[in-house]
Amino acid sequence: MPKWGMAVDLDRCDGCGACVTACHAENNISTVGADQAARGRAKHWIRVERYWEGEFPDVRLKFRPVMCQHCDNAPCEPVCPTYASHHTPDGLNAQVYNRCIGTRYCANACPYNVRFFDFFNPSWDKPLHLQLNPDVSLREVGVMEKCTFCVQRIKATTIQAKSEDRPVKDGEIQPACAQACPSRALVFGDLSDPESEVSRLSRSPRGSKLLEDVGTKPSVTYLSKQ
Amino acid sequence: MSQPAHARINVDLLRPLLRTSWRFYFLVAALGSIVLTALVSWLSQAFFGFGVTGIRWPVYWGFYVTNFVFWIGISHAGTLISAILRLVDAGWRRPVTRCAEVITVFALMIGAMFPIIHLGRPWLAFWLFPYPSERLIWPNFRSPLVWDFFAINTYLTGSVLFLVLPMIPDFAVVRDKATGVRKTIYTYLACGWRGTPRQWHRLETAMQIMAIGIVPVAVSVHTIVSFDFSMAPVPMWQSTIFGPYFVVGAIFSGIAGLLIAMAVLRKVLHLQDYLHPVHFQNLGKLLLVMALLWGYFVFNERLVTYYGNGPSEMAVFWRTQRESFAPLYWTMVICNFVLPLVLMGIRYFRTITGCVIASLGVVVGMWLERFLIIVPSLGHKYLPYSYGIYRPQPVEIIIAIATFAAMMLLYVLFAKLVPIISIWELKAGRASASLAEAVGEGGDARPVARGEANL
Repeated sequence: MPKWGMAVDLDRCDGCGACVTACHAENNISTVGADQAARGRAKHWIRVERYWEGEFPDVRLKFRPVMCQHCDNAPCEPVCPTYASHHTPDGLNAQVYNRCIGTRYCANACPYNVRFFDFFNPSWDKPLHLQLNPDVSLREVGVMEKCTFCVQRIKATTIQAKSEDRPVKDGEIQPACAQACPSRALVFGDLSDPESEVSRLSRSPRGSKLLEDVGTKPSVTYLSKQ
Repeated sequence: MSQPAHARINVDLLRPLLRTSWRFYFLVAALGSIVLTALVSWLSQAFFGFGVTGIRWPVYWGFYVTNFVFWIGISHAGTLISAILRLVDAGWRRPVTRCAEVITVFALMIGAMFPIIHLGRPWLAFWLFPYPSERLIWPNFRSPLVWDFFAINTYLTGSVLFLVLPMIPDFAVVRDKATGVRKTIYTYLACGWRGTPRQWHRLETAMQIMAIGIVPVAVSVHTIVSFDFSMAPVPMWQSTIFGPYFVVGAIFSGIAGLLIAMAVLRKVLHLQDYLHPVHFQNLGKLLLVMALLWGYFVFNERLVTYYGNGPSEMAVFWRTQRESFAPLYWTMVICNFVLPLVLMGIRYFRTITGCVIASLGVVVGMWLERFLIIVPSLGHKYLPYSYGIYRPQPVEIIIAIATFAAMMLLYVLFAKLVPIISIWELKAGRASASLAEAVGEGGDARPVARGEANL
């Protein structure tokens, strides 16, 4: 059984935002419009956090892409009264949209604030409505949604490999964000395979987990700036 | 403490049931229209989408959950106080118990609506219930929200029983006095009550069992409500003190609610001969004790956080202590601590008016307390990039106001249908007092009480 995870090399991230755009396109994330975005209703399953350090003019700008950390000890999972938020055997923190009734408890419990609520039924500015991905379900008003590590791609590749009677190759599965990243800052793969690139990067002495002291045991490792 | 004679008790306490003035209809219409407005607002929220509220990323709980915790808190006055006073056999409780128990039942009903009102998809609320499903899908028993479901239902069932059981002899009184349709209805409600010694014995046994059973239930309910917060790894939420802190706050706000209700009833239904200043003074002293306890818990919670000096906790701490939420925070401290301490601590101010002013302050303060626990923490959770603010929108404000109107409406309707002061308990109390006078010491009043209350 694989254990999916990701390594984020902060040294390589230049904050271009390609991951955010690719994620929106891949996962049918509705655009809410400028008004609603200003009211805090924008949904970005992955976001690039910007932090400035130092005093002007000696300022350093840091980027940190943050998506669902797919925690092994996820605070969002036990609090859900309907099991909409649950853990899959391959280490994904899954969200069953059809089972979600919208208590929003999971989003409150999440220390990373990576869960997004659908305040309205989905809609897109034209012509974005013509590019919806048929592999991803749309979410109704009143449910919680979040990064899935592009579970549709994981499943498609796993099924393809199984039909060809071979294991999934390292790097064969790429979530939209990792695929779109021009500087290869995002690396996805199987953490249970010690030879995979993501395992190798996760073992790096530069590596750390986000908010490690909260005890969530995330599957995402951040490699600090050198 | 002198009480009026039997005949007058019947006349005074049954008057609201048998005579209805235009003021009653006006009040019901006014309160009903407020409740109706809230219903329409909520339906519009369900129709247009949850976005009409002020809830936003990352503050996903706001006014609705504040109202939920507040009303469940208010419900802690009635049954709990009445049960404890029954168990210690405090004589002065008699005119107070029923108005207190009614608060519990209605406040619970209002509070229990909010977990459904605040749902993103309220039409699927039944997925919270453990109903036998064809596909063997059960709710997640690890979720504090499911614990809430069980706790609140247990408490509501217990409180309704606790309220209705001692109403049966009074229904019998009304049955005997009423005519027409009323007689038919109250005949059913009286459940064939004849006032035989066996019936009295059973009623008293049942009340004793209920009084003992309801105390741990009441304590557990607000502890479980506090688990909604303390189980989540959110700064200033994850705290072991939340259980008792919430229970104390609940009883505190409950007593305040009870004092206000009693003062209004006394004025409107002319119950000056039944609700004496001594009742207000005794409950006022209880309010004072709870204010001190509440202050102790808040001081404890704040000091431990400050001393621990965790970065995420301190962000929330300063936000309430001296940044954007400071005006609300210090209003809360004045309303919940300074005001009751001054008004209830000094005997000169411990009058009915003083009690009502202090109680109004406590109700406002306790509502703010719940708001200040929920919103500042959610808005300041760990990563500074994801800090956020919350501004309530009209729909949430209307629904929050309407809960108070709903409470008043239910209370007004109840007082119209049931004697708001327990007639038989009052008579039993009077009988025991006169017996004690005759014997010269506190004798066992029960046989007399039974005999007298055969009516």
